[in-house]
Parts: sequence; structure tokens; C-alpha cells
Amino acid sequence: MPAIDVRALDRRFGPIHAVRGISFAVRHGEVLGFLGPNGAGKSTTMKMIAGFLEPSAGTVMVNGRDVQEEPLKVKASIGYLPEGAPCYGEMTVARFLDFIAEIRGIDGAARRERIDRVVRQIHLEGVLHQTIETLSKGFKRRVGVAQAILHDPDVLIMDEPTDGLDPNQKHEVRSLIHEMAREKAIVISTHILEEVDAVCTRAIIIAAGRLLFDGTPAELRSKSPAGDIDEAFRLLTTESRGQS
Amino acid sequence: MKNVRAILKRELYGYFSTPVAYVFIVIFLFLTGIFTFYLGAFYERGQADLEPFFRFHPWLYLFLIPAISMRLWSEERKSGTIELLMTLPISVEEAVLGKFLAAWAFAGIALALTFPVWITVNYLGSPDNTVIVAGYIGSLLMAGGFLAIGSCISALTKSQVIAFVISVVICFLFILSGFPLVLDFFQGWAPQALIDAVGSVSFLTHFESIQKGVIDARDLVYYAVLIAFWLYATVIVVDARKAS
Repeated sequence: MPAIDVRALDRRFGPIHAVRGISFAVRHGEVLGFLGPNGAGKSTTMKMIAGFLEPSAGTVMVNGRDVQEEPLKVKASIGYLPEGAPCYGEMTVARFLDFIAEIRGIDGAARRERIDRVVRQIHLEGVLHQTIETLSKGFKRRVGVAQAILHDPDVLIMDEPTDGLDPNQKHEVRSLIHEMAREKAIVISTHILEEVDAVCTRAIIIAAGRLLFDGTPAELRSKSPAGDIDEAFRLLTTESRGQS
Repeated sequence: MKNVRAILKRELYGYFSTPVAYVFIVIFLFLTGIFTFYLGAFYERGQADLEPFFRFHPWLYLFLIPAISMRLWSEERKSGTIELLMTLPISVEEAVLGKFLAAWAFAGIALALTFPVWITVNYLGSPDNTVIVAGYIGSLLMAGGFLAIGSCISALTKSQVIAFVISVVICFLFILSGFPLVLDFFQGWAPQALIDAVGSVSFLTHFESIQKGVIDARDLVYYAVLIAFWLYATVIVVDARKAS
């Protein structure tokens, strides 16, 4: 059974058809890179998997459960980093993580242990008692990542987890994803194509709401005569614009 | 219930970690003092009761309560944290209730801090303290009604200013619905039953009877239904508009 099973997913916002019948599946142990130009429907698709948006048509199954029929159970098993990593700015990092742990039902000694562990993994020790609104963009993003992995979820969905991080921090987050990849199903969206090579076992390209490519990074590279991943991306996404 | 408590705690913490809470409490206490002793002529009347204190509460709440409620949902939508909140394993009902209870608890704290007035009247004379307790209960219930309205309006817009202004207008209509200002609008064309119905939802009539020391079941039911109705409306609005 795939960890995430997306079938004929469709979403309209009034006259705008943001996602047009997308289907794909993600298994445990896979890291799926979600690629596409801005406004392609990446974030909309991720929001539907995380249960924030209802699909206009189609279904999302997470570990065999329908997101719309059992939203709370699905949300409990997902870790989700929304686009832009929104956090409660007036809270300190420690308070914020404590709140997330409380909602996630992690209590007592386990809560301490989980928070300590995640803080060490993401290197938040130095800013633990600072309010989130005073943090740099990179730290805010890392707080968002910490929040998403706090309950050690089975399925992890992260919308641009490395956006705004410096090269060292990017490297750290990528190693973290690598480390977690063994037993989890992970979906990340990114604009940085080298990231696909670095962490993803599979890549999906969507543009104008349609699925254009689903395969390994090596297969993606082979789409370009020069074997260049940037060129392959350009070829795939500009081709579709010509068609529609 | 555990989730409601977690949300309540976080919200209350949110109030007190910014200057908003302190500014609000100071202004509330300052204005209740002015109204009681100057406009209410507390000393000049020479009566040992808190009628001049409670009499102005509906008018104070008209402006101060929407200032508490305006941020409840507008801020979540503006900063994008609503996406974080609604992808945690909690239901919309729990989130709405938790936030409302936090705002109500905050209003209750502000109200409780008016205790020096109660001490004063007991020092100067021997008032009927059961009437005063009833007055406090009525005042708290009325604050709950205002807050439930404000919560729903706040969920409708990303702008706190708009939420504030519209909440004030709607609360104003609810205060005055028993008065000619509102009733004249219906007079002449609406059936008498409707006019009576509009007249009976007035905050003022229900508040005045409790304030006299008579806690009538009808008044309690009125506030319970009012709060439940507006919170239910909030759930519907949050659900429908969370992503827009």
C-alpha cells in the first residue's frame, strides 16, 4: 500500500483551474521532489494532501485513509510545512514547539524528549527562548521544519523547506531529509533543481495544473540532449505552454 | 477537550505576550472608573449599589470587545498560520471554541480587576451583594455574546480594522434592537410577531433584568443560544473561507 495515493485530483478556484486531474503515489522510503514553475499548482496539491483544501474532484489517500473522510486521523499521521513556514510570531520557539507537541498528543517525559531531540537535529538551541518574529528567515524556516517533524510522522510534506536558508543550512536540511527518508514517505517542493539530485529518489513536474513528468532524477536528466537537469526542466515546462 | 485547552492556553498566552492585553485592561479599568464616578454620579446618588457601574457596560463593551475579538481569526488568516492550525489534528469546532473561550477568559480577567469598585461600595455602605454578583454574571454573559459575534465577523475578513468596524455596527444593532431606532424600521410593514422577535433579542433588555439581581432562566437561555448561534456561524465561515 502506498503511503500517499493521489487519484485524479482536481481543484478549481472560481474560474481558475489550478489542478487538473493529477495522479501519483508515494511509497515509504521514497523522497518525491515536486517541481514546476510558479503558479503550477504545487502548493495547491500539497494543501489538498495535508487536508487544508478540499479537492473539487478526486481523492487523496494517506496510509489507506481518505483525507476527506478521516481528516483528523490523516492529519495526525502527517507532518506538514506550509508554504512560507507560517508560525505564531509572538511565541518563543520553546513555547511554540510545546504547543505543537500538546496538540499532537505528546505528553509528559516523551514531550521533553521529542522536543530536545528535534531542537538538536535542527540546531535551534541558541534561539529557543527568542520570540519567533525576531528570528531570521532561515531560522523561521527551521522552526517550521521542527514543527513538522516533531511527532515523528510517517508521511512528511514540506513546501519549499530550504527556501531562504544559506548553503550550510540547506545542506543540513537535506541531510536531515536523507536521514529520515528510510522509513518515511517524503514529499518536498522546490525551485532548486540540484536539490532533486541531492535528496530525491523521484521527481514530478507539474505545470499549469497538469502532470508532465514522473520518474527518477536520472530519467529526468535524460530528457535533455546535454544531460542537464535545468535544460530538461525548461524543455518539459515550456513545451506544455506551447500546447495550451 | 484537550485540544480546546491547548488552543485556549496558546491564545491567552498570545494576549499577554503583546502589549495589547495590558493596554486593554488599563483602558477598560480607566473608563469604567470615569463612567461610574462621573457620568454615573456614584457618590452623588448616595446609594450603596453598583448600578452606575454596570449601567455603562454595554456601551463600553460596544467598542472594547470588538477590539479583543477582531484578531481572533483575521490575524490567523493574514499571517497564514491558519494553514498550520487547520492541518494539525484538531477540528474546526475545537479551534473556534478554544479561541472564543480564551477571549472570554481575557474579558473575564479584565472584569474581575474592577473589584476595587466592589470593595469601595462595601466600605461606604452595605449593598446587596447578591445583586452585585448577578450584575457581574450578566456583564460577563453579555461580553460572551459580543465576543461570539466578533469571532464570526473576524473569520470573514483578513483585515482586523474591517472586523472591528463591522463588529461594532452589529453589536450596536444588537444593543438597540429593543429601541425605536431599530424597531421603527420594521414598524408599519412587518408583522407584529417579527417586531416582537427583533425587540426580544436586545442585549440591553436582557442585561438590565439580570443587573437588577433577577437571574431569569430566559435570560440565561438567551445568552446561551446567542453565543452558540454565532459560534456555529464562525465554524461554518472558517471552514468555507479558510483558504481564500
